[in-house]
Amino acid sequence: MHNEAVHIPGISHASLKGYIVGFIVSIVLTVIPFALVIYGRGAISADWIYGGLALAAVAQIVGQLHYFLHLDRSSDQTWNVQAILLTGLIVGIMVCGSLWIMTVLHSRMM
Amino acid sequence: MTTKTVADLSVAAGYSVKEHAAGHSASQEHEDHGHAAAISRTVDGFWLYIMTDCILFATVFTGFAVMSHRYAGGPTGKELFDLPYLFGETMFLLVSSVTYGFVVLAMNRMNKGGVVGWLMVTFLLGLGFISMEVNEFYHMVAAGNGPDRSGFLTGFFTLVGTHGAHVTLGLVWMATMIFMVMKKGLTPQNQSRLIRLSMFWHFLDVVWIGVFTIVYLRGVM
Repeated sequence: MHNEAVHIPGISHASLKGYIVGFIVSIVLTVIPFALVIYGRGAISADWIYGGLALAAVAQIVGQLHYFLHLDRSSDQTWNVQAILLTGLIVGIMVCGSLWIMTVLHSRMM
Repeated sequence: MTTKTVADLSVAAGYSVKEHAAGHSASQEHEDHGHAAAISRTVDGFWLYIMTDCILFATVFTGFAVMSHRYAGGPTGKELFDLPYLFGETMFLLVSSVTYGFVVLAMNRMNKGGVVGWLMVTFLLGLGFISMEVNEFYHMVAAGNGPDRSGFLTGFFTLVGTHGAHVTLGLVWMATMIFMVMKKGLTPQNQSRLIRLSMFWHFLDVVWIGVFTIVYLRGVM
C-alpha cells in the first residue's frame, strides 16, 4: 500500500523555524516568572510580581497556541478560533463567578 | 497531489463528498480529498474535545483557587514547593512539546524512522516529567502532607493530579502509536491519530503553564 502525506490545515504548514521560535519564546517566558519569584521575592513589591507572572503566563499560552497548536487568524482556522473564544467565555463566567461567590461568602461568614 | 493548498482542501472537503454521492467515479484524486476531508473533520472534532477538557481544567483550577489559603494548620506552598526542581520538571514537558513538533515535521515528510525516533524521545521526556511529579507526590504523602491534610492540599492534588493523569494517558497513547507506526507505517489513519495526539500533547503543556504559575509560583510568594 502506498501512503501519502495527508494535507491538514495548520499541520501541513508546520515548520522547523516555527517550533524553534516557539521554544525560545516559551523558555524566555518560563525563565522570567521563575526568576521574578526566586530573586524578586522581598526585593520587588508583590503586586508587580503577580502582574509579571500573569503577563508571562498569558503571553506564553498565546505563544504556544500560535507556534505549537498553529492557531492563527487565517480563514481555515476560523472555526477553531470561534470554539476557543466560546470556551474562553464559558471558562471566564465560571471561574470569575465562582471566585466572586466564594469570596463574598467568605467575607460574610467572618 | 501532495502540494494542495489550504483553500483547495476546504473546498474539497464538502466537494468530494458530494461528488461521491452523485455517483462519479472515484479517481485517486477524489480519494485523497476524501482522506484529507475525513481527517480534517476528525481533527475539528478532537479540537472540541480539547475545549471541553479546558472547561474541566478550569473547574479544578477554580476549586484550587478557592482552597488555596485553607491550610488547616498544615504546610503552605512556601514550605512544600522546591522551585529549581519544578523548573526541571517544566523543562522536561516543554522540550517534549517541541520534540513532538519534530514528529509532525517528520510525518509531513513521510519519514517513518524520524516519526518513531522523535516519538520515543518525546515519550522519554514525558516519562521524565511524570516520574519527577510522582516522586514529589510520594515524598509529600510520606511526610503526612497528602490530600487529606488540608483543603489547600486537596485542591493541589486534584489539580496537579488531573494534569498528571492526562500526561500518563498521553504516554500510553504515545507508546501505542510507536508500535502502530512501526507495524503499519504512516497510513492516513495513523497520520490522523498522530495529529490528534500532537494537539493533546501541546494542550497539556499549555495547561502546565497555568499550573506552574498559579499553583507553584504564586504558592511560594
